[in-house]
Amino acid sequence: MTDVNQSASSTVAVTINGVDIDAHQGELLIAAAERNGVYIPRFCYHPRMDPVGMCRQCLVEVDTGRGMALQPSCMLTVSDGMQVDTESEKTKRAQEGMLELLLVNHPLDCPVCDKGGECPLQDQTLAFGPGESRMVEEKRHYEKPIPISDIVFLDRERCVLCDRCTRFAKDVAGDPLISFMQRGNETQVLTFPDDPFNSYFSGNTVQICPVGALTAKPYRFRARPWDLEEVESTCTTCSVGCGVAVQASRNELLRYQGVDVDEVNHGWLCDKGRFDFESVSSAERLRTPMLKNPDDAAELVGTEWNSALNAAADALRDRSVGIIGGARLTNEDAYAWSKFARTVVGTNNIDAQLADGLDATMIASLPKATIHDACSADTVLLIGPDLKEELPVLFLRLRGAAEKRMTKIVEITTAPTGLTRYAAESHTSTPGALAHDVSNVLDADPSLTTGRVVVIVGRANLAASPSEVEEAVGVLQRRIPAATYLPALRRGNVMGAIDMGLTPDLLPGRVSLEVGREWFENAWGTVPDAAGLDTAGMLEAASAGRIDTLVLLGADPIVDVPDRDLVERALAGVSTIVAVDNFATTSVRRADIVLPASGYAEKGGTTTNIEGRVSALGQLVTPPGTARADWMIAAELAYRLGGDLGLESVGDIAAEIATVVPSHLAPTPELSPETLLEESDVGDTSDDDDEQVPVVPSIDVPAPAGWVAPAMSEMKPADSYALRLVARRSLYDAATATAMSPSIAHLAESAAIRIHSSELARLGLTAGDHVNVTSSKTTIAIPVAPDDSISRGVVVMGVNQPGVGAGELIDLRSAVTEIQLETR
Amino acid sequence: MTLRGTPIARAPGFIANDTPRIVTSRFEYDDSYSLDRYLATGGYEGIRAALALGPEATHGEVRDATLLGRGGAGFPAGVKWGFCPPGVWPRYLVVNGDESEPGTYKDRLLMELDPHQLIEGCLIACYAVGLSQCFLYVRGEMAVAQERVAAALNEAYAAGYVGKNILGSNFSVDIVLHWGAGAYVVGEETALIESLEGNRGMPRLKPPYFPAAVGLYGMPTIVNNVETLANLPWIMNNGAAAFTQIGTESSPGTRMVAVSGHVKRPGVYEIVNGTTTFRDLIYGDDMCGGIRDDNDLKAFVPGGGSAPWFTEDQLDIPFEGRVAGSAGSMLGSGAVMVMDSTTDIPSAALTLTRFYAHESCGKCVPCREGGSWLEKILTRIVEGEGTNRDLELLMEVGQTICPGDFPHASSERLGLEAVPFPYQMTTICFVGPSAFTPVHSAMTLFRDEFEARITKRDLIPVAVIGGES
Repeated sequence: MTDVNQSASSTVAVTINGVDIDAHQGELLIAAAERNGVYIPRFCYHPRMDPVGMCRQCLVEVDTGRGMALQPSCMLTVSDGMQVDTESEKTKRAQEGMLELLLVNHPLDCPVCDKGGECPLQDQTLAFGPGESRMVEEKRHYEKPIPISDIVFLDRERCVLCDRCTRFAKDVAGDPLISFMQRGNETQVLTFPDDPFNSYFSGNTVQICPVGALTAKPYRFRARPWDLEEVESTCTTCSVGCGVAVQASRNELLRYQGVDVDEVNHGWLCDKGRFDFESVSSAERLRTPMLKNPDDAAELVGTEWNSALNAAADALRDRSVGIIGGARLTNEDAYAWSKFARTVVGTNNIDAQLADGLDATMIASLPKATIHDACSADTVLLIGPDLKEELPVLFLRLRGAAEKRMTKIVEITTAPTGLTRYAAESHTSTPGALAHDVSNVLDADPSLTTGRVVVIVGRANLAASPSEVEEAVGVLQRRIPAATYLPALRRGNVMGAIDMGLTPDLLPGRVSLEVGREWFENAWGTVPDAAGLDTAGMLEAASAGRIDTLVLLGADPIVDVPDRDLVERALAGVSTIVAVDNFATTSVRRADIVLPASGYAEKGGTTTNIEGRVSALGQLVTPPGTARADWMIAAELAYRLGGDLGLESVGDIAAEIATVVPSHLAPTPELSPETLLEESDVGDTSDDDDEQVPVVPSIDVPAPAGWVAPAMSEMKPADSYALRLVARRSLYDAATATAMSPSIAHLAESAAIRIHSSELARLGLTAGDHVNVTSSKTTIAIPVAPDDSISRGVVVMGVNQPGVGAGELIDLRSAVTEIQLETR
Repeated sequence: MTLRGTPIARAPGFIANDTPRIVTSRFEYDDSYSLDRYLATGGYEGIRAALALGPEATHGEVRDATLLGRGGAGFPAGVKWGFCPPGVWPRYLVVNGDESEPGTYKDRLLMELDPHQLIEGCLIACYAVGLSQCFLYVRGEMAVAQERVAAALNEAYAAGYVGKNILGSNFSVDIVLHWGAGAYVVGEETALIESLEGNRGMPRLKPPYFPAAVGLYGMPTIVNNVETLANLPWIMNNGAAAFTQIGTESSPGTRMVAVSGHVKRPGVYEIVNGTTTFRDLIYGDDMCGGIRDDNDLKAFVPGGGSAPWFTEDQLDIPFEGRVAGSAGSMLGSGAVMVMDSTTDIPSAALTLTRFYAHESCGKCVPCREGGSWLEKILTRIVEGEGTNRDLELLMEVGQTICPGDFPHASSERLGLEAVPFPYQMTTICFVGPSAFTPVHSAMTLFRDEFEARITKRDLIPVAVIGGES
């Protein structure tokens, strides 16, 4: 894998077609030529994978001191004095010859091929190929196409055997499930018998295929490339922030392609991020505001915006309000809602995390690491979720770095993760005892505390209190003061939401209520005095009748908050629920007022990834029905409540962020979110006079909040009769975006409880039997699945798999969740 | 000691002649492969001599002997051993017993008839280079060779010749046997290493050019041919000086040649290197004894199926790599295939081309697509369905695999000058060019036979409208 960051400053002198170019030491000739404007045709070469020199298309005449000879430029590292001729007769003859050979067995079914129009084989044949074919023989024939997974189809007749997909599967994804079979002219890419290409990253093979051999179900026969409109954007399926090109035709999203952002995704996407665009154009999207039918509480009745907004304003006026959610918003939406909550509603009861995250003050104040830091650190300490399931492209980056020995992964986990087999050390932790276990690991090997250490911190177990993680961070801060941190919080823009103040304790810009009060009173006019409640606190208050109106800001607490019982009591305890969402989720169906929000690619803005990197979101299609951007809804509600956010466009908000949010005060115009928006050509950047943008007062910029780690608590002795529950997320679950994307929805495995087979034997159970699981909350019945990678005394359950979820069993107030298993 | 075996005149496929015996000296015993016979005929004395000399001196002895590799490339073994980067451990010896070049079956006899000699050769090489692990890769189809080598290895382990502290010294070696899975290209040393590692047998990309730098499991690896190693006990017993007494200065010693085709006595011959000529081999009374039915010689392949062809013009060329090379071919793996005047040249070329097209591993485009396209065109011509244009197409497809002048022999009859070996190639390994070699030789030397097969024309002749008829 070529890492652009590694490109050394030392240059070597190379002459291409008589022109001197500066090539980097260690650079491949094909890359150096391309950087200098000379495109050498290729099929197998891919800048993010090791070269294999198979297609021979990149042969050029090279003289390295022993005379001109044809050499594959993808295999040749530049050297001083190298003379290259990419236009000589011999070069042309070789390149024409290779293309002729590649075409002798190619079906040339371009008119019905999805790749037609964006096909490297077509394009390079036009540019470098012979004008005619001399092949008169029958071509190779295979059944076409054959499914190699639930999503990807393979047409072996079109395949030019470049080894890109197979190399990707083996070297990049670590899923060597497709491989060359047979040999010679019969060589073909295939899966192994009864072993489909079930990789979380299979869609990348479709994107890097240089012909139409690999196609993905959601895009097959949907569009011609020349009919596609495209905008560069950022994937918000999780918070890694992969670069994507969003493509649409006739106002319908049809495809995402990965964009190579060197610092982030190297061009790769996970399949969930790549294919959940289907949910955006789902027929199930909310198209119109709705109000609860006064006669039938189970029914929502469509209405027009004015009535719905007035009803919502009434529910917010002079009432005790809690606002839950916001991690799915853009930074601009989040800022508008933060300002709305503080200045118009007058509450700090706002939390973008759904009681499944970490203390926002801790996240905001920890010294930040980048993904690149993690991939080049001496040690990466993982105390968080299974990155393969929650932040898949971060998993890819770390896996690649570990495989190339660029970093060393040390994992402390309650159950094996996708990275376990790539980790130098994987230590088993007892649920609830993370801080003690981290301390013990560091005691056993003090060398882990030296050198550059990056800690990836998140929630490995939603059935244990987040305090175990906070205590563990405290241990790490004491033991490794120089460590930097990469938060592994998963929701699309949770970092942006925290930065924009969608937390009870922080104002925008990661400043505490106390420290930031003067600054924001100046900027906004008012900041509420009372401390706010976090999601768990709001739900407790609501269940006790202390909150009148609950706003669900793109949140589905019934499935996402890992304490179902608490959420049910809270929803029953409030008088009004206002939901702003894309879909009628389980929670939205309980709302009194539903306001349809615009979704991904339907609005411009910016988003913030786990590193704190702000990148643009592009707008390409219009929202369904009358759905509106979340910031507009905040502005409309403010107006109806007699306030004025002073925000009339995304550009307005971006400009205000750049002047008001302490962490985002733009040091240079190039770095401001406003510029990002201009560059991505989205949103109205408000060229009219912006008298609404507050003038920055001459007071000191408030300092970021500090965080003091809690002391290590005593370990709760294990109940020897109970099992400890580990609740985790899977990439494919019952979450709305997945469930509403037909191509991937069925990939979610139904709920099961995973347990060591010896425990099963003790209970006399076999795989698939239902078992009664009892916690302090309730008893549920769920099938069992044996898994000997799990420690005895521990069981693992999904949080939101189709069927019953771990949230039923969890009590947010408990440090750990202990359960009993009984046969039914 | 009682030996069951009695000397016999000929072992299967082996013909004794008056040449000095270096590697075939035990072939005439019917128990030549047993440890008893080996010990009774000076076996395991070479490793004793090496242990007495020390590793550096042993290496020096082999280097002084100028023992050329017998696998095909003819690279001096002693020099190759010196390519291991210093201080990088472990290193491995890999024995290339995947003899599969068409026409070649000499290593098979060495493994079947004298496996202990090979094992002793491995020990000497390991001792000289400082290796403690040897992998013996035997071609998958050679069932008898596999059994004999396995049995010999068991005997040698039991007798303490292989394993820990060999012959009481502090020198230890383990030899691991590995059966091939039936792919020609695995005879290429980097493909063999891939296969040994459990991967698809596909050649590695160069550079690194030599496995001695980066080989098996990424470590320095010496890959030697079976016959090369089988020479080592004799060299250690008799000294480099005695070895270089035989043959010529640049090609000392003897070499084994497997002759097949239209001769009176096909078989494997141990011949004196550098001085023996093809005429000696094909017509010599102590060797092949001439062409069958005393027919005329039409052509012969001098060094395995991938070597350009010679005709009677080249009969007096000796077994000397450089001479054969400048004459437009190579000595390769020591396989001579003789074609008499009754041979149908296009069909003979097709037979060889089909083999290489079939054996392409499929990795690089010119070989995978070009080889089978050549086969298709050639098949069409042989079946009488070819056109004039196909003859040009054959050569042009070949040009894509091997750009530039392709080596071929001179021909008095055709007034052709020789183009010396080697060829240039656009492929990773030699399999692709090998598919073109027989086509090129046949088309260059016997184009008339191809033209005679052409019954169809490119264009249908059209009467000129208004012209005179």
